[in-house]
Parts: sequence; structure tokens; C-alpha cells
Amino acid sequence: MLEHFRPAITTLAVMTLLVGVAYPLTVTGVAQVAFPDQAAGSLVHDDTGQVRGSRLIAQAFDGDQWFQPRPSAGSYATVASAASNLAPSNPKLRERIEQAGAGHAGQAPVPMQLLTTSGSGLDPHLSPEAAAWQIPRVAQARSLTEVELLRLVEAHTERPLFGPAVVNVLALNLALADNPSTSSQ
Amino acid sequence: MHDYDWLLLAAFSLLVLAPAPFLGRYFYRVMEGQRTWLSPVLKPVERLCYRVAGVDPQQEQSWRGYALALLAFTLVCLLALMSILLLQGGLPLNPQQVAGMSLPLAFNTAVSFVTNTNWQAYSGEVQLSYFSQMLGLGVQNFVSPAVGLAVLVVLCRGLARQSSDRLGNFWVDITRAVLYGLLPLCLVLAVLLVWQGVPQNFSDYVSATTLQGSEQTLPMGPAASQIAIKQLGTNGGGFFGVNSAHPFENPTALSNLLELVSILLIPAALVFTFGHYVRDLRQSRAILASMLVLFVIGLGVCAWAELQPNPALAGLPIEQVGSLEGKEARFGTFASALWATTTTAASNGSVNAMHDSFSALGGLVPLVNMLLGEIVFGGVGAGLYGMLLFVLIAVFLAGLMIGRTPAYLGKKLEAREVRLMVATLLVMPVGVLIFGALAVSFAGPAASIGNPGPHGFSQALYAYGSATGNNGSAFAGFTADTPYHNLMLGLAMLLGRFGYILPVLAIAGSLAAKRAAPQGQNSFPTHGPLFVVLLTLTILLVGGLTFMPALALGPLAEHLAF
Repeated sequence: MLEHFRPAITTLAVMTLLVGVAYPLTVTGVAQVAFPDQAAGSLVHDDTGQVRGSRLIAQAFDGDQWFQPRPSAGSYATVASAASNLAPSNPKLRERIEQAGAGHAGQAPVPMQLLTTSGSGLDPHLSPEAAAWQIPRVAQARSLTEVELLRLVEAHTERPLFGPAVVNVLALNLALADNPSTSSQ
Repeated sequence: MHDYDWLLLAAFSLLVLAPAPFLGRYFYRVMEGQRTWLSPVLKPVERLCYRVAGVDPQQEQSWRGYALALLAFTLVCLLALMSILLLQGGLPLNPQQVAGMSLPLAFNTAVSFVTNTNWQAYSGEVQLSYFSQMLGLGVQNFVSPAVGLAVLVVLCRGLARQSSDRLGNFWVDITRAVLYGLLPLCLVLAVLLVWQGVPQNFSDYVSATTLQGSEQTLPMGPAASQIAIKQLGTNGGGFFGVNSAHPFENPTALSNLLELVSILLIPAALVFTFGHYVRDLRQSRAILASMLVLFVIGLGVCAWAELQPNPALAGLPIEQVGSLEGKEARFGTFASALWATTTTAASNGSVNAMHDSFSALGGLVPLVNMLLGEIVFGGVGAGLYGMLLFVLIAVFLAGLMIGRTPAYLGKKLEAREVRLMVATLLVMPVGVLIFGALAVSFAGPAASIGNPGPHGFSQALYAYGSATGNNGSAFAGFTADTPYHNLMLGLAMLLGRFGYILPVLAIAGSLAAKRAAPQGQNSFPTHGPLFVVLLTLTILLVGGLTFMPALALGPLAEHLAF
């Protein structure tokens, strides 16, 4: 057995240099040149250069004037993010969904996406339907017409080939904040 | 199912199955030391590895020598990784000043990555430095599937060689598996993932001011390089705690497709590698057919169950569709079910949705996949050697039925091989039923259960099934980071790894020593539809007899009570 320890230690050392150091450095080098924005975390900057978030990471939005992302089991905490892990049979799940649904009593049925927490707790997306469902509320709070907002939602809808159509809620809200006719509210 | 779901399924099937014959042949050439198109670049690196390690690549080992080398390597890896995790607070590349792990957690995590389980009792963005991710876990992500592949080719050589006691050189096999097999594929996938939005940097975590003015800390790091090998090496340990559900780990529908394909790409190819070893690709096609049957049944049940509305929510003024609790909007229900089926068919264990929030039957499928031993494609190497054990058992049963000495590919299966096969059949029951029963029998360990009723039992069953099966996925509401579970799950992982590897190596040694009898008219054919049915039924029978009572107490009771 002992004669195997020298190759064991040296092979691990060589592999560490190769796939533990050289490989990630190579990928980083290629990534920084080819896709610097994505490699840095798809950050969103404002005019002053300050970081306002990442396109890929949901932010909490309170208030009727914003489109709201999916609920988060970890309150949108990022380090670390969390899921509810509630089983469908767990009474707490029904209780939570019932309560959240009651808040939107006037507008049934409430889209499932707006009542269920995501796996990551940081889901940045909504289906176009779940975004459009919020239009009456946002329109009223911002004194905008529903048609204008519907157009905005449509402009922010991505339709990938291998997955459902999605709207990035942060991008949508950024557009609301940037739009002079809306930000003046 | 929507159009995009069908497109995803079609693209996934095509990208897994179409390259398999070619990639399988490539892996055969790699593992047999033949020239490949990468040799001009990699041959000098390979030679350097042997020179540093003091290994003579021509010197082949007996099964015992091979097993000792494998155990020595595992022990060294385990100690090295544990040291890194315990000492990471004082090591470089630690911008968040993460402290060292506790001893039980470091033991659990080190075992987890060395055994290719990649169970996460920790959250990467909180409890790991970049150093630990890259030089610790990342390295094991490469070498642990290489070890699985090495054991598989030893079994293949055992079947292919005649009257020989030489089965290959362990150091050569793992070096070639990493250099020619995993590394080139990872380089391509990692760059594609960055393109889709996976971060790859060494920055500090970024502090952002949200649109509404609160502080948000964005975790960073060399994620893409880690996630590429996490998927391709059937590892599954996420860079971030919530794994491939995290938008940084799996940002788009396309990255989801790429990561899904990467789970099964190599395991599907290795079925053909086996065919090249035994010079009979009909054997590969029969095994592949049986795998596909089991996969399609699992996917059908899981997807159907997940698309049903949750009966507990009936009558509420809400949209009545399949539950989206724990699922991401950019994937949707079907892609989550497809991932759950795939990640447990292989021993990957990464998740893009939370299995704990799946319906009773939707969660039953990943659980059953693991309890069967992850032989539907399975982990890199590990899946196919597990499947070949079932092939030998099916051949043995057929031999009993027709009253003939069982033989596979001309090699007679005698008492010694059958004893070793039966020993491997005991691994899952011991790890899952005995360890699992202990976990739910004591108040302390059972307090980890996070959901009431039968689902709570499923959580414990899932945890010990995942650990013993070296899968790594979880019903994550189960609090795994306790000293008890860290230790016991660690032991279950070691049992699940070496309870298979050592008997498989011994069987390979014993088969290699035999001469193959010529296959005549009277030999039992191990290809064709009859054998596919026999093999599939053998797998379901063994799994059903072992685990039906436990499944009845967990997911089946939960389903029926609803």
C-alpha cells in the first residue's frame, strides 16, 4: 500500500495545478475577453456609475407603483438565498398562499407565479401573463394608461426557444423609473 | 406541455444520444492509450504527469494492486480536501473572509466530493472561499468521475481480456480520463455558460443599491468553470447553495438545456465505450434500450404529476395549474421535472427546482431513480458498472430459469462472482433502510425533518438514498448540517462508493482470469428485445422487493392521503 502514496500525492498535486488553477484561470481569461459583462455578473449601473443590482438577480419591490417579482422564501437575501422547501401537503403552504391570495381579492384568479416562492429565492422573471396581471394596479398608481404599460411589458418579453416566455422584472421597473412620463409621478 | 417543452425534450434527446456513439468510441481510444486528435497537445502534459508521479505507464496492475492504488488516492484526496476546508480561513483567495468549516461539516463535505456524491450540507456563497471552490472541490469534481470511469474500464477489460491478471494502471487511467475526457469538454461548456450569464471572476462580492435604495450584496466568483465540471462530471455540488436554480448558476432556458445535456452526455457515451471493449455494439444497444425504457417511464410519471394542480389548493381564488413552489419562471414545470428525472438517473444531484416541494409522485421518481442505484445512465463510470452488475444478475437469473451455467459474453459466472454481485445488492438497503431507520428513530436526528406527515419520512429516506447512491440531491427542507447527519451521511456515502467499487474490481479480476467460451447456438443472447425486457424487469424487481415498504410509508402514503 505504501508504495502507492507517492503517486497518490504527486498525482493530486499535478491535477490541482492543472484543473484547480490553470483551468479556471484559462476560463476566466477567455471570459473576460469574450463576455466581460456576463463574467462580471451582468451588473446594472446608473448614470453615476453606481451598481444598482444584477439583471439576473431579483430585487424586492414594495408599493403599487412597481411590478412585483415572485415572492422569495428568504426575503430576497442573496448570501445565502433560500427556498421554502414546503411540501404540497404541508398545511403551511396552503395557509401562506391563501393569505397572499386574499390580498388580491378583487382580481381573481391570481397567477400561480405570484403566490409561490421560487427555487432560488432570487427568480428575476415573471411570465408575461403574471406581469400583465399587475398592470391595472401599476397604471393606477402611476396615472398611466394600461395600453402604455402593456406595450412596455411586451417590449420586455423574451421568448426563448427552449423555455417559457419571460419578462425581467428588474428591467421592466428600470424602464418605469427611467421613463420621464412615469418617473415624474 | 407547451411547444417549447417539446422542443426542449427533442433538443435534449438529440444532444445526448446523437454524439454518444462517437464520444463513446473516443473514450475507448482515450482509455486504451490510443492516439486521438488531442494527442499532439496533451501527450507532453500526460508524460510530465507520469514523470512527476514516478509512474511507469506500461506497468499494468492486478485487481488488488489497482484497488490499493485507488484507496490510497482516495485517502490522500480526502485528507487534502478536509485540510483545505478546515483551514480556508487562513488561505488565499478568500475575499469574504470565510472561516474554516467545523470538523463534522468538513468531513461530510470532503467525503461528499471525493465519492462523487456532492451532497451539500453547506451553502457555497456563505461557507466556501474561492480557494476551497477551485483547488478543493473543483479538483475533486474532476478526479472523482475519473475514478468512476477507471473502475468501469477495469470491468470492461475484465470482460474483454482472457486468462489475464493485468487490468490496467490506475494512475494512467485517471490521468487520461481527466486530460483527454473531462478537461476539453469543460473548457467549451464553461465558456458557453459565461456567454449565457454565469459569472467568472475573482472579485469581492459586489455591493449594490437597489432601485428602492436598499443594500444588496451580489455574490461573485469563478462560477462557470466550476459549474461546467459539476454537470459533466456528474458531480452536482453547486457553486451557490440553491444550485442550478440560482440565476447566476443557470441564467437562461438555453443554459438550462446545456446543463441538462451535460449531465447525461458522458454516461450515455460510455455505454458505447463498453461495446468497443467487448467488440459487440449490440450489447451497448440492449443496455441503452433498457436505460431509455426506465428513463421514459420516470419522466412520464414525474412530468404528469408535476403538471397536476395541487389538490390542497383547490377552491382558492387562484390560477389552478401545476405547483410552481420551488420552481423558476424561466424553466417552468416540465423543464423542472425533466431535470429532476435526469439528475437522479445519473448520479449528478444538481437541482434546478426544489424537489422537496414536488408533488408526492413527482418526488417519488427521483427517489426511486436513486434507490435503484442510479443505473439509468448513471454517474460517469459508476452508472454503467452498476448497470453491468444488473446485467450479470439478469444473466444469472436467466441461467437458473433455463438450467444452464450462466455466462456473459462467454465468461462463466460462478459462485465467487455471484457472491460479490449479491454483496453489492446489500449496499443500498444497508445505507438507506438501516441508516435511514436510525435517523428517524431518535428524537435528535429526526428533528432535522422539515415537513409534517409522510412527506417528513420521505425527506429522511431521500437524504440517505441520495448519500448511499452518491447522488447528492436533497429534499432540502431536511436540516443536514448537524454533527449526527454529517457523520452518518458521510459514512453512507463511503459505503455507497466502496461497497460497489471493491466488489466490481474483484469481479473484474476474476472474470479477466477466465477464458471466454465461444458463443454458440445454445448460449443465451444478451442483446435483443427479450434480454432488454429481462434486464428491465430484474432492475424493477430487485428495487421493488427492497424498497416498496419504505416507499409505501413515504411518498405513496402522502399521495394516497391526498
